[in-house]
Amino acid sequence: MTISPPPVVFEMSAPSGRAGLRQAIRAEWTKFWSVRSTPWSLFALVVATIGIGVLSTHALHDQRFPTPDPIRRILVGFNLSQFAIGVLGVLFISAEYGTGQIRSTLAAMPRRPIVIGAKAIVMGGVGLVIGEILSFVTFFIGHAMLSGSASQVSFNSPGVVRVLIESGVYIALLGLIGLGIASILRNSAGSIATFAGALLILTILIAAMPTFIVNAVSRYLPLNIGSTILSIGPPPRLQGTPVFSSTVGLILLGVYALVLLSAGWVLMNRRDS
Amino acid sequence: MIGARELTKKFGSVVAVDHLTFDVAPGKVTGFLGPNGSGKSTTMAMIMGIDRPNSGSVTIDGQNYHDLRWPLREVGGLLEARAIHPGRSARLHLWSLAQYNSIKKSRVDEVLEIVGLSEVANKRVGKFSLGMGQRLGIAAALLGDPGVVLLDEPVNGLDPEGIRWMRTLCKSLASEGRIVFISSHLMAEMALTADQLVVIGKGRLIAEMPVADFVANSSIQSFRVRVASPESFVSALESAGGTSSANNDGSMTVTGMDARAIGDLALSEGIAVYELTTQASLEDAFMEMTSDSVEYRGAS
Repeated sequence: MTISPPPVVFEMSAPSGRAGLRQAIRAEWTKFWSVRSTPWSLFALVVATIGIGVLSTHALHDQRFPTPDPIRRILVGFNLSQFAIGVLGVLFISAEYGTGQIRSTLAAMPRRPIVIGAKAIVMGGVGLVIGEILSFVTFFIGHAMLSGSASQVSFNSPGVVRVLIESGVYIALLGLIGLGIASILRNSAGSIATFAGALLILTILIAAMPTFIVNAVSRYLPLNIGSTILSIGPPPRLQGTPVFSSTVGLILLGVYALVLLSAGWVLMNRRDS
Repeated sequence: MIGARELTKKFGSVVAVDHLTFDVAPGKVTGFLGPNGSGKSTTMAMIMGIDRPNSGSVTIDGQNYHDLRWPLREVGGLLEARAIHPGRSARLHLWSLAQYNSIKKSRVDEVLEIVGLSEVANKRVGKFSLGMGQRLGIAAALLGDPGVVLLDEPVNGLDPEGIRWMRTLCKSLASEGRIVFISSHLMAEMALTADQLVVIGKGRLIAEMPVADFVANSSIQSFRVRVASPESFVSALESAGGTSSANNDGSMTVTGMDARAIGDLALSEGIAVYELTTQASLEDAFMEMTSDSVEYRGAS
């Protein structure tokens, strides 16, 4: 490699104003899509969720008696996507710590809240779009497959639109919760384990506790909130347990994400990177 | 002007940077010299607001890094370990940094050209060699055409041609009136590149002076000597109180005597002298000054 003496110019003039959130969102958007694993993960996520929905709907199709809440079966693939999107949220920031990229990022934007805010907006936005695509596409495929069968569903049935819209929001919020956990823990493996633990293991453990604990705690668990969101009626798994309405559940998840992300930036301000 | 004032950083009970005060002026290359583990990288990271000082401060033209309006347009930094996600291409890595500071896309290709990475711009950084990674880091530092350039161990991993290129780059950046602050543990390299030195050991300031003064202040002087019969000259040297060590090319390095004494000795021994030169003794000066402050030393 032969290199001529550098033609360095010292003539760029800075625009007025200051580097801020708008610039940060553009940069984080570029970063999100420019790691090859991201589009592939999202593609796999969409295919798997729809595929699982198709298989599950196919099983319903052959039943002679109607299933009470067929939409829950159509959207059963969300049980997978909720984890996948969380992992994506984790990696969006933990990979920066793992590779040292965070130092380049903070050199370009030293104000930590702006970095975390931009990441949250990109992650939340992508999660929302993917989530809504997943819920509507999966539903309409299921809808077509079930037409004429005992479990036929209609787009106009009460609660259907609510489930479809809120499911997408649910996916977006889980991505943000993953991002929030990783902004605190910084380490990929630890953050993924914590995210999975908070979703799955906590839910299993709490379910095995005495009734007074189950009644007090289980409605606050993300997975149980998810079950309410992903079905029209109360989910059978939670029958007899107090649950929040899906809307309250979503607000609660939003609060979780906000608390985690805020803790993340407070810590980021205090720690070396 | 970069100004460090009583800058202090502790990691647990280890004091990495200890009440460090120095200035770096524009228009010349300032070398930041110290043995490994002496706190150079930590100081660089504090200038860029990545590590937080426990006490003291460091400012760039009176401003904290945190308060710069367009950080990359004011300060360009190459950080020690490669601070780049390996899954991204060189071009997109630079483009995302550029976007953070509203730098136009054409500048990305410009800096790739400057560092000679245009042909591999779309390759993933994970496939880059150490030297290519270093060049990419330098490209990132030049992205905003900044008035302050901080390079932490810039010649690490560069081949001889790359090192020469780096030297020319630093000098031309300084001649354009920029602040150029480069750290290194290689004295010889600094002797060729830097005009001014900030020397630290164990996080403390040892010297802050022009390179020429640093060498002149050293009490140790060594000479490169080539004679007709080295064996007999060595024994004569030793009995005269000098010390010598053989070099690979047949010459020897002599310390403990001045040039006149060495020449007189050769004459009195009747040994022909082919070469007698003062060695650039920055290395020695450095070793002498930091000998009390090397953190890790091999058993000898």
